[in-house]
Amino acid sequence: MSQYKVVHYINQFFGQVGSEEMADYPAEKREGPVGPGIAFTMAFGDQAVITATIVCGDSWYNENLDLAKKTVLDMVREEKPDLFIAGPAFNAGRYGVACGSIADAVQTELGIPAVTGMYVENPGADMYREKVYIVATGDNAAGMRRVVPVMAGLGLKLVKRQEIGASIEEGYLPNGVRKNFFDQKRGSLRAIEMLLNKLHDKPFVTEYPMPSYDRVPPGPAIRDLSRASIALVTSGGIVPKGNPDHIESSSATRYGSYHIAGVDDLTSETYETAHGGYDPVYANQDADRIVPVDVLRQFEKEGKIGKLHDWFYSTVGNGTSVASSKRFAMEITEKLLAQGVDAVILTST
Amino acid sequence: MVKEIENAGIPVVHLCTVTPISMTVGANRIVPTVAIPYPLGKPDLEPKDEYELRRQLVGKALDALTQEVTEQTLFD
Repeated sequence: MSQYKVVHYINQFFGQVGSEEMADYPAEKREGPVGPGIAFTMAFGDQAVITATIVCGDSWYNENLDLAKKTVLDMVREEKPDLFIAGPAFNAGRYGVACGSIADAVQTELGIPAVTGMYVENPGADMYREKVYIVATGDNAAGMRRVVPVMAGLGLKLVKRQEIGASIEEGYLPNGVRKNFFDQKRGSLRAIEMLLNKLHDKPFVTEYPMPSYDRVPPGPAIRDLSRASIALVTSGGIVPKGNPDHIESSSATRYGSYHIAGVDDLTSETYETAHGGYDPVYANQDADRIVPVDVLRQFEKEGKIGKLHDWFYSTVGNGTSVASSKRFAMEITEKLLAQGVDAVILTST
Repeated sequence: MVKEIENAGIPVVHLCTVTPISMTVGANRIVPTVAIPYPLGKPDLEPKDEYELRRQLVGKALDALTQEVTEQTLFD
């Protein structure tokens, strides 16, 4: 029997090119399966074969979105595959965005079905869940073995044009598509059961989740910059040399508050980055590239701003949970309000 | 973090390179920057020129803070 042809997209890390120092690696096509492709090959059995793997640096893809999409699309087109698989990306943000972006492009521009996989908090999940099937994964690659068969199975169903069940059955992230079906019990019975469970503090699953409008209205404009106190906040992990608060290089559980009154410039002798999710060379050379104290101090001297706030606040935004980030920001906000800060410049890597 | 701070009424301008993520996350004032490992720098420039580039980007961020916005806005 003939096998379906599959092209697999992975990042520089899973492609065994290197880690962050190789994140600028441009897309490259290799023959056959690479890295996690081996697990997919096993999951496909004799039904499908990975004919080519595209390995691409996460920063290269994200910093050159249009060019990267076109380059990878051309590589996929040459292979004429039946199915496209990207990732899984777990909780790696840039990787997730790349997987979602390219899977979406392959489907819409080449008409080839695509599947990817990522953790629900990956920024790529919210960006692409309504456009491509994203299989739900854990937040790190330890879940590879569990997720690969789910992605492979869903991919084969798509190729064979079999009916795709609900997200909860197939294991993909809810994509907003509703399916009608006949239940054994009528609605009133189900509603009463749910209500009774709720009253007894037992678990129940709503049939109609309310949309969460997770938006915040814009803060008011600053009327007079020359009287405003401006604070710097970063998720880029800039810390005093030696990382006194031991902020973790990924999945941070802490942030730091650092006193910069009298500091005109962040130098390689005094500051560094604790972030493990990008190449640290440039931040370690000059942390102003991420927390621009030098420029703001100068603006303060020139009177363009009233004051550079005496503290900057820093954490590592690398697989850090939304819950932790919220907690950091609530604590930081309290300090900002208490000290009369008027506006915040927040930098991310 | 952007949202949590802004929710307290403090305006925030988000400087980042992958702006689609910033849009998804819900930042309201967004200024695109240079590259992921050096949003406000460019190591291949002369230090003086690199400083000038950073000054220009931070200036743009400050301008963004002085403008009223009613929806998510990219200050390109």
